[in-house]
Amino acid sequence: MNTIENVSRRGFLKGVLSTGALVLSVHLFPTGANAATSTGKTRADRSTLHPSAFVGVDSDGTVYIVAHRSEMGTGIRTSLPLVVADELDADWKLVKVEQAIGDWRYGGQDTDGSHSIRDFFDVMRQAGGTARLMLIEAAATQWKVPPAECETGLHEVIHRETGRKLGYGALATAASKLPVPRKEMLRLKTKSQWRYIGKGHPSYDLTALCMGKAVYGMDARMDGMVYAAVMHPPVVGGKVKSYDDKEALKIKGVRQVVPIEPFKPPAAFQPLGGLAVIADNTWAAFQGRKKLSVVWDHGPNAVYNSAQYKKELFETVRATGKVARNAGDVDAEFKKGGRVIEAEYYVPHLAHAPMEPPVAVAEFRDGKVTAWTCTQNPQAVQDIVAEQLKIPRDNVTCHVTLLGGGFGRKSKPDYVAEAAVLSKKVGRPVKVVWSREDDIKFGYYHTVSAMYMKAALDANGKPTAWLQRSVFPPIASTFKAGERYGNADDLSLGWTDIPYDIPNLRVENGPAKAYVRIGWLRSVGNIYHAFAVQSFSDELAHAAGRDPLDYLLELIGPPRIVNLKGTDYPNYGASYSAYPIDTGRLRRVVQIAAEKAGWGKRKMGKGSGMGIAVHRSFVTYVATVVEVEVDDHGKVKIPHVHTAVDAGLVTNPEFARAQFEGAAVFGTSLARTGEITATNGAIDQSNFYDYPVARMPEAPQRTDVYLVDSDAPPGGIGEPGVPPFVPALCNAVFAATGKRVRELPLSKHQLT
Amino acid sequence: MIHLKINGVERSFDGDPTMPLLWYLRDELALTGTKFGCGMSLCGACTVHLNGKAVRSCVTPLRQLENAEVTTIEGISATGTHPVQRAWMRLRVPQCGYCQSGQIMSAVALLSSNRNPSDEQIDEAMSGNICRCGTYQRIRAAIKAAAGESA
Repeated sequence: MNTIENVSRRGFLKGVLSTGALVLSVHLFPTGANAATSTGKTRADRSTLHPSAFVGVDSDGTVYIVAHRSEMGTGIRTSLPLVVADELDADWKLVKVEQAIGDWRYGGQDTDGSHSIRDFFDVMRQAGGTARLMLIEAAATQWKVPPAECETGLHEVIHRETGRKLGYGALATAASKLPVPRKEMLRLKTKSQWRYIGKGHPSYDLTALCMGKAVYGMDARMDGMVYAAVMHPPVVGGKVKSYDDKEALKIKGVRQVVPIEPFKPPAAFQPLGGLAVIADNTWAAFQGRKKLSVVWDHGPNAVYNSAQYKKELFETVRATGKVARNAGDVDAEFKKGGRVIEAEYYVPHLAHAPMEPPVAVAEFRDGKVTAWTCTQNPQAVQDIVAEQLKIPRDNVTCHVTLLGGGFGRKSKPDYVAEAAVLSKKVGRPVKVVWSREDDIKFGYYHTVSAMYMKAALDANGKPTAWLQRSVFPPIASTFKAGERYGNADDLSLGWTDIPYDIPNLRVENGPAKAYVRIGWLRSVGNIYHAFAVQSFSDELAHAAGRDPLDYLLELIGPPRIVNLKGTDYPNYGASYSAYPIDTGRLRRVVQIAAEKAGWGKRKMGKGSGMGIAVHRSFVTYVATVVEVEVDDHGKVKIPHVHTAVDAGLVTNPEFARAQFEGAAVFGTSLARTGEITATNGAIDQSNFYDYPVARMPEAPQRTDVYLVDSDAPPGGIGEPGVPPFVPALCNAVFAATGKRVRELPLSKHQLT
Repeated sequence: MIHLKINGVERSFDGDPTMPLLWYLRDELALTGTKFGCGMSLCGACTVHLNGKAVRSCVTPLRQLENAEVTTIEGISATGTHPVQRAWMRLRVPQCGYCQSGQIMSAVALLSSNRNPSDEQIDEAMSGNICRCGTYQRIRAAIKAAAGESA
């Protein structure tokens, strides 16, 4: 446990947290969880038998399982408890899932980076297996038989020879008096014995979700609470010079207007500052805010203009950058002459726009804070609230509601810090509600990027040299002012790990300054890196007069483990020996997607086309074929998407399918219309009319997901569907129209 | 004082008559199944039925609601067994679920006026409801399943 706390303190409080430390590389396990670390705070802890922080068995037979990761739609609040229930042989109907508060005894809770199953599958199995073994031993003692003669059925222990049975509830008290077995003593199930894992059980919350009864951050209430709308500085880092709140205070229901201090850079998760309108309801707070009159000092970021910045990014990306991976000698190869092809790509800033905007309710009382909020990271809530209010972290209790979408936005708890700070100022619980405009204008944006690609082709059109260079203001700039280069984590996201079989290969990165808060968004750097690599691959195929599918397979080369020796490659925090880049798996998903789509076998009509792309991210392999129809007005329809996925062992195939269906829609949104821009430092977009996202008619009409049956250890599910979708769509647009889209979004291009 | 019926219950409201129904439902009546998503009638998360028709409660001020009958997600079935809800569960539509109250209310309204909608009609009727998780294909399938069930 000490290690965990030290990592967090060092990382967060000193403000030196790198991108990777937060997003990818922190994999903190609950070292104490399988000892009896009862705090009495959960029903699981208070159950008769509670051998682990994650599970309790009560004497009435109820099994309480703690979900310590945040539910934002991936199904994780069901999937991980089902793993516990499976190893415990518990009847799911008798299971109650409890959502954990932020607490390091569970290990890391930052539900981000698509690693919940990867990191906690074994932990959950052990939690369930521990309780099961204790129940078996309790029954064996009662029957005076060796435990080896006993097994479990559904929610009961059975003595094989005599057929005697005892239910879990009846055994809980006796089991609770036994020592907690060590991990090595557990008898975990074999795959064929699994009852729930791999079977596709529905969400624990399904009924509540369909009845409007599920509780999100937006629905959380505390007794005596007031509502707040915050007028944030229009430019990040700006401050209030002066303000007049007379008109605001005239609005019925408005109580007071409270300033929030500007943050000291780096921004990290601090409140943005500004003015909060405190009111009796959300509407009054919003109305009051409109009536505020404020003179702002916009600060140094007011120089940010996206059109100009884009030009500068392209200038930077054309100059030699820092080398992040090198093989052979691309320069020598380029000098030989022959056919050289270059292309540049661009992806603008994006906003997360979860359907539920950021929202939190918090109460400061007697030096302690209690918060209820939709957060991906309750432990980060504890840290930032403690820091802001100068109280110990243990004095911050963060309850986690369901999240109305997250996509990375809700692992950045600036809005929770606002609620806590305001509660201290006004002396009662405060619910801070962000409007959609707040959400779009004051986000932690997906970075803006430019990529330069260059390849030399041999007589058969195969690359003999490949150079790729990206520039983007890095996420690290949000945590350490002035950071300009991508770090090893940023560049590992589909860039240094390019899996192609090319003898001369150089991967570079150039500098770019950040003027807004940059944050991670579903699949992060993989979005722009995969867009460049997979679009350029398609471009080369066409330049070589080759079929894009055959060409892609040739670029990947024969099945092998990609050798990344000499490259700083964090591999999503996974060990490279357990999770190497296996081009055999990459090839297989390409072949499956192509075959299912009928690649090369179906005649596409005028204005129709198919595009293919493949990408490994979050240690999962995904290939996608997108079919498009482009009409005479250039309108793009997506009748069918075929996605093949090798995510290793899949705990819940139904949730996995849903995530890849959703990723196609998320990809459609960002590819078609996703663009956040700034003018004089202020974000231009504000709501769904100027930051459109895909609606039913524009979304893929049908997405088929093919999960490769695999015994490889589990990979990510929530994010890896996004990166290949975008280039596959643009490659399909090229096939349909002959128009190559190198700059997103598609809406900027005339496709006829 | 404005008098209206919400899910069959008589209510009277004497606050700011320009306040949209959404905030009366959520902040004052604690009927939080109806969601706030955009405040501009752009996303459909706040969809309720006003005299049987789907409306966006975030832009429907209370002053327009004298004698109105409003139904929210809490009012379509006490047991969650409305055919549309059952189809939603069977096809496992929700991911995060935040938009689904609005989606269900739009779907119920569609099916009450068109028992057997085509794909195009579904797309059109549902195009005002955004789902950021991307559950559209399951929503379409669930509407068809519900249509089949109630036909």
